[in-house]
Amino acid sequence: MTATRAFGLILLVLLVAAIGVVLIVVAPQWYAARRPPVRAGAPAADAVATRKIRATLFYVSEDGKRLVPVEREVPYGEGVVEQAKRIVEAEIADAPAPLVSAMPPGTRVRAVYVSDKGDAFIDFSHELVAAHPGGSLNELLTVYAVVDALTANLPAVRAVQLLVDGREVDTLAGHVDLRRPLSKSSIVLND
Amino acid sequence: MKLVSLALAAVLLTTVAAVSTLPSARAQTPAPAGLTLLSSAGRRTLPTTIAGDHEMIALDDLAPALQLSLRDDPLAGGMTVTYKGKRIALMPDQPIASVGARLVALPAPVLRSGKRWLVPVEFIDRALALVYDSRLDFRKASHLVVIGELRVPRLVIRQEMQGNLARLTFDTSPKTANTIAQDANRLLVRFDADALDVTMPAAPAAPGLVDALRVVEPGNAVAVLLGPKFGSFRASLVPTDAASARVVVDLLPAGALVVPPAPPPPPPPAPAPPPTDAGAPPVAAGFRTIVIDPGHGGAEEGARGPSGLLEKDLTLDVARKLKAAIENRLGLHALLTRDADATVSLDDRAAFANNNKADLFISLHVNASLRRDVRGAEVFYLSPEGLTQAQQAAATTASLPALGGGSREIDLILWEVAQTQHLAESAAFAAIVEAQLRSRVPMSGRPVQQAPFRVLVGANMPAVLVEMGFVTNTDQEQALASDQFQDAVVQALFDAVVRFRDARAGSPRSPGLR
Repeated sequence: MTATRAFGLILLVLLVAAIGVVLIVVAPQWYAARRPPVRAGAPAADAVATRKIRATLFYVSEDGKRLVPVEREVPYGEGVVEQAKRIVEAEIADAPAPLVSAMPPGTRVRAVYVSDKGDAFIDFSHELVAAHPGGSLNELLTVYAVVDALTANLPAVRAVQLLVDGREVDTLAGHVDLRRPLSKSSIVLND
Repeated sequence: MKLVSLALAAVLLTTVAAVSTLPSARAQTPAPAGLTLLSSAGRRTLPTTIAGDHEMIALDDLAPALQLSLRDDPLAGGMTVTYKGKRIALMPDQPIASVGARLVALPAPVLRSGKRWLVPVEFIDRALALVYDSRLDFRKASHLVVIGELRVPRLVIRQEMQGNLARLTFDTSPKTANTIAQDANRLLVRFDADALDVTMPAAPAAPGLVDALRVVEPGNAVAVLLGPKFGSFRASLVPTDAASARVVVDLLPAGALVVPPAPPPPPPPAPAPPPTDAGAPPVAAGFRTIVIDPGHGGAEEGARGPSGLLEKDLTLDVARKLKAAIENRLGLHALLTRDADATVSLDDRAAFANNNKADLFISLHVNASLRRDVRGAEVFYLSPEGLTQAQQAAATTASLPALGGGSREIDLILWEVAQTQHLAESAAFAAIVEAQLRSRVPMSGRPVQQAPFRVLVGANMPAVLVEMGFVTNTDQEQALASDQFQDAVVQALFDAVVRFRDARAGSPRSPGLR
């Protein structure tokens, strides 16, 4: 009995709060948004959705041994964090044939943080490890596809650390040390 | 609370079970051979016991033989083993020994049964050797502990019939001079050594020609007891590598024509060949232990080939072969970071090498690619990516305040960056390995590379990671599983170890490698 009543009470409070939010926050914005379109050529929201930047992405070469830089269009992101997320998502998406993506299929970007020092932390879903094909070559290609894409396109990013499910990991597949942010590869993956 | 008490009960139960198996173990399983201690004072044998699948030795037995003093610590429930003021602390049911400020892993827990303390036999080389004045050379396979600088070569004797003659092969490592002489109804093969670490066939396979093989006093000779059919013998030296020697003795039946036998070797004819030269190069000071790391294992399978071959199995196969080659033919310690299909963390692998004071670390792997046609071996050494200047500089000497005032200089090495001290030597060793591999197996287009590999970072000695080939390539997958390919890799790594050791011996502080 009491449990049902308490539940009902909570629902009521939530409903009142929701109405409050609509009245105080959202409605004025609708109202404001209706007025100015006279001056803008197109709605601002659409512009952000379709705006693109050109970025250098890194894919596995046809011979399987190197990362190849490719200029591609990537959705625009507001600020370093958003843009970093878009770039890494583009790395995960299909590569232009005959190149292939170095990222394991099904991997998602969960979150991105960038520190004042320029260290970017990219938090991936567990597929980055679970679906990784293994081998030190594949592991180097995966890690440096992310590191090189971010350091090449975002001057604010100096080094990149890969996280999985919000945590630091030792390695992806038993080789590359991921305990600290890595800077653009000095190793010969792109000779 | 319930969980805690359950766990406690479980721990208690296992302890009781482990301890209670001690006395009965002797009755059930055949008693192990015991450990033979060899020193300039002579030879003595200490009994050992099997407990929980592991060979254990009682501290009570070990103490008088090695001048150790034992002290129970009733407060902490532990045991302190002291040798010339240096202490090793042990706790019951813990697979560790605390040696000075270091923790050393033991392969099985220390057991306490009343007043008796049992330690795994590896306690001798993993813990005692660290504090002992003279060299403690533990040879697990032959249950031998060599104390001090005794010459105790490994000797492997094999026998086979070739037509009507019996052939005995004597392999020694390191190379050891020998003489062979007939003395009534036995043949005496005497070695220029203090004792022998012998592996020989249990039963004679040449009826009528050889009755038995015996090691004779004072332990540096083998007697071949001759049977009634014996007529004559001939012995020949067979050239092998610099580190080992082989003598082949053919026993011919009476009345047989002396016909040169079928395949091997050059025959400088019959009796007593001149003693061979003890030509083995002097072992580089301090170059004693090599740690071989079979990549992956247990839950971490590593790469997988198209027909399902797993990296973790291949690396263990090759590691075991390499260990046998190094121990049998070079007389060095070779230790494996895992000798089973077990999950071992990367940091533990480097720590194992550090704890065993390894002089060289070799991590074995096979590679994978998204493209099936990628093939070839690669050798990696560390690129210290991401380590800041400060972290690298930390791996230098520091001054610490000492007890009783003043300060002392110590080598302060953070394990996180230990390898940065050895990069030049690691690079040199990588180049040697690459050169040896190149003549035997297909190489990748980038045969030597640097990469920030986790297993190398903490290794406080020259260290490389060898990718033997691509298991994702169908041809290479087949090759990697074959003895022929594995033996080629083992021979290449063996030759590389010899070259690296000799280069070091030539220049103690190895300026040639820097």
